[in-house]
Amino acid sequence: MNANDQPTIPITDLRHRQPRFQGIESGHRACLGCGEALAARLVTEAAGPDVMIANATGCLEIFTTPWPESAWRLPWMHSLFENTGAIAAGMEAALKAQGKSTKVLAFGGDGGTFDIGFQSLSGMLERGHNVLYVCYDNEAYMNTGIQRSSSTPHAAITTTSPAGRERMGKRHLKKDILTIIASHHIPYAASASVAYPCDIRQKVRRAMEIEGPTFLLIHSPCPLGWGHDGALSIEVARLAVKTGLFPLIELERGELIGAMPLRDPRPVTEYLRLQQRFAHLFKDDPRARQELEHLQALAERNIEYYGLKGTQDDPRDSEGADTVRRGGQRWA
Amino acid sequence: MRKALEGSQAIAQAVALCRPQVIAAYPITPQTHIVENIAKLVADGKLHCEYVSVESEFSAASVVLGAALAGSRTYTASASQGILLMAEVLFNIAGSRVPIVMTCANRAVSAPLSIWNDQQDSMAVRDAGWIQLYCADNQEAVDTTIQAYRIAERTELPVMVCVDGFSLTHTLEPIDIPPQQQVDAFLPPYQFARTLDPRKPISMGTLVSPDHYPEARHSHHQALLNAADEIVAADADWAAISGRSSGGLLQVEGDPDAEIAILTLGSVHGTLADARELHPELGPVKLIRLRSFRPFPTAALLQACAGLTDLVVLERALSPGGGGIVGVEVKAALLGLPNPPRVHNFAVGLGGRDVPLDIYPRLLQTVRSQPPGPFALFDVDLGRLPAEDR
Amino acid sequence: MIEVRIHGRGGQGNVVAAYLLATAAIDEGHFGQAFPAFGAERRGAPVVAFVRIADRTLRRRNQVLQPDFLIIQDRALLKVPGVLDGLRPGGGILVNTSLDAATLGEQLGREVVTLPATQLAKTHLGRPVPNTALLAAFLALTEMLPMTALTGALGQKFKGDILERNLRLIEAAAQQVPAGQWKEMAHAQGA
Repeated sequence: MNANDQPTIPITDLRHRQPRFQGIESGHRACLGCGEALAARLVTEAAGPDVMIANATGCLEIFTTPWPESAWRLPWMHSLFENTGAIAAGMEAALKAQGKSTKVLAFGGDGGTFDIGFQSLSGMLERGHNVLYVCYDNEAYMNTGIQRSSSTPHAAITTTSPAGRERMGKRHLKKDILTIIASHHIPYAASASVAYPCDIRQKVRRAMEIEGPTFLLIHSPCPLGWGHDGALSIEVARLAVKTGLFPLIELERGELIGAMPLRDPRPVTEYLRLQQRFAHLFKDDPRARQELEHLQALAERNIEYYGLKGTQDDPRDSEGADTVRRGGQRWA
Repeated sequence: MRKALEGSQAIAQAVALCRPQVIAAYPITPQTHIVENIAKLVADGKLHCEYVSVESEFSAASVVLGAALAGSRTYTASASQGILLMAEVLFNIAGSRVPIVMTCANRAVSAPLSIWNDQQDSMAVRDAGWIQLYCADNQEAVDTTIQAYRIAERTELPVMVCVDGFSLTHTLEPIDIPPQQQVDAFLPPYQFARTLDPRKPISMGTLVSPDHYPEARHSHHQALLNAADEIVAADADWAAISGRSSGGLLQVEGDPDAEIAILTLGSVHGTLADARELHPELGPVKLIRLRSFRPFPTAALLQACAGLTDLVVLERALSPGGGGIVGVEVKAALLGLPNPPRVHNFAVGLGGRDVPLDIYPRLLQTVRSQPPGPFALFDVDLGRLPAEDR
Repeated sequence: MIEVRIHGRGGQGNVVAAYLLATAAIDEGHFGQAFPAFGAERRGAPVVAFVRIADRTLRRRNQVLQPDFLIIQDRALLKVPGVLDGLRPGGGILVNTSLDAATLGEQLGREVVTLPATQLAKTHLGRPVPNTALLAAFLALTEMLPMTALTGALGQKFKGDILERNLRLIEAAAQQVPAGQWKEMAHAQGA
């Protein structure tokens, strides 16, 4: 009892009393500030216990399953790098044949989704399997030590797209995976970001309710690969959204049905400046200035194309969503 | 001049010296540092080539195939899962008799998932029709890579240079990187007669009926067997230019009159070599290192094994349900001897388990105390397995 | 032959340390070999790196089971079983910690040399990467190579301001350990 004769609950007990399903246990081996670990936790919480997971090769499967330990409280399989879509399709077919309600989730990084796993993903989507595919997009092959994928933004430095006399980082544009996904006419596809956890939960729940293929692209900062402090992961992720470089959109059968408006679009430099992988763009070099212009143009194109210009005080916009207010002040 | 270099760095530099025009890169441990080092050379303007960051190993092999056919010298590297993913293309490349060179950074194959060193990956594709050369150390990796281009382009057979992952790729040691002039003197510009050329159009990859297929296969097999001479010549010619030989088809060291020998492939040979020097009291032992696994050097092997009573074949892979891979081929070859030695076939260091120096005395102890048993993993701890799995 | 085992965590640079030490030895005309052994690829995972230095070529590739010297880049690793295993009699242990040698030595029940390498690195480099400082201390303790060998090896990787800072760090670190305390052990093994 406290001074006002109100019953008190110790803080340590509160967490245990919250009706919150945990699909991934703590104690996994992810780096400090790993966006992917956070995203996977949010996704599995929202998806609930009646799921089966097919996981591609990459950071997530490595840091969650150092044999003989596993962080998963859900049935889970890692097969190979390129076949996650197909493994998931097989699981789904079996569960369907058995008349079971268990939903199949497929997890892959950008390497396993945009590149090597693309074929099996496309096949799974095209055949209409009832699978939610979640791509944790940290924009490079991180587990092997930061190599470029087709998701790496152009001008970003990775070990296979280094900067030097002849090069300014990756030469090619970040692949627009959602447009390709949209061409499969699947019932629901969306992009999300770890900076907006409630938005992730909502999108996961929406996808879980749909019978048919669904796709979520979750922007997940990698402090080691992007070159920023682990404590800044959320801020970096939020800036990616607020600049327009990573628009949060929703598609149904290929048609745009929603987008998170940007109340106050930020210049791309605010986002890029925080990351070592873009440090070369802030040197005194005409090529660097050109790349900054390119990236700004990309951001502005997204804002126009997806209609991201917001009005004031939309509680669901880039400033309103996932905002904690304390004493009238907005906290990060 | 000898420089301190990590294996991957040294290999990257060797590749650059061979002036490839198209390089396909896809990351996989433990070869990633090779393609990263090459990327840096390209970014710094030190290597001029088309560096193609592909979306999978399947495409890596396909890209180099297309490029080689279109008339460019090429390079790619892979390991483990990547080798298996590109397996279909590897057969396609070899059967098409296209001169391509790649590094296989030997790594165990899933499942179970492992990033560590053994030779299951290259052994799994031994029937693809590539030349396979296994390197004992990083200097040899450099020299063999350079030789590989000449061998490939003269024999019209692709060459897989096998380099143990981590043990070699991630090991720093003193390396002699040859000067560009030496490599240029040894390696002429890319030559391939059957390039695709609008001035002289040909068709590659056509359907071949039973009327022609066996002849093509015989021809491929013969070409591989005949490549043995080219492998020896390349090593000798490179040795004349650089002062370094890599052992040709196989390397024998130790006591020529020894009746016991240990045969290995790759870097574990170095550990055995040092161990042998530390144990003169264990008597004369020969060490045989197979450098060429394809073509299988039967004649050289028979010469090395004449007079042996016991041969230990110590390999880094296995064929589950069958047993050893190298062991089986060695035993078959030894039937060519009137008095073949007893063969003790073991696998060791699978999945990267460390192979300590004391493996040498323990192997000799085994050989001297018991007749050869069935193929076994020499370093397995059966006590950790339930009874029914032993 | 001198064998060194360096224990660290992914991201602390102990593999780079091993490569630098072997490079320094090779540049001085010795034989050097360095290689890592790690678990899964991730930051913070325990990583072991091995170094061999000799005056003849070594061909072995096995892990160092009986090091002459141990360098521990993170005091918390002392709790990992096996970290101190195999150290040869008379061998030296250098630990990165702000604790003093007497205190830590008492805790461990063995003689150690300590160096607040992370602090030094933060001061001189602005980043808590302890490897260069530990290498400098190691060379000061063993006197097995001139410090210029280390600075030379560093000069191959770094230039300008970063190199300068590292050079000052090396100087500072070398002064914080008893010079030559391990010289005899290094000399005895070094042949």
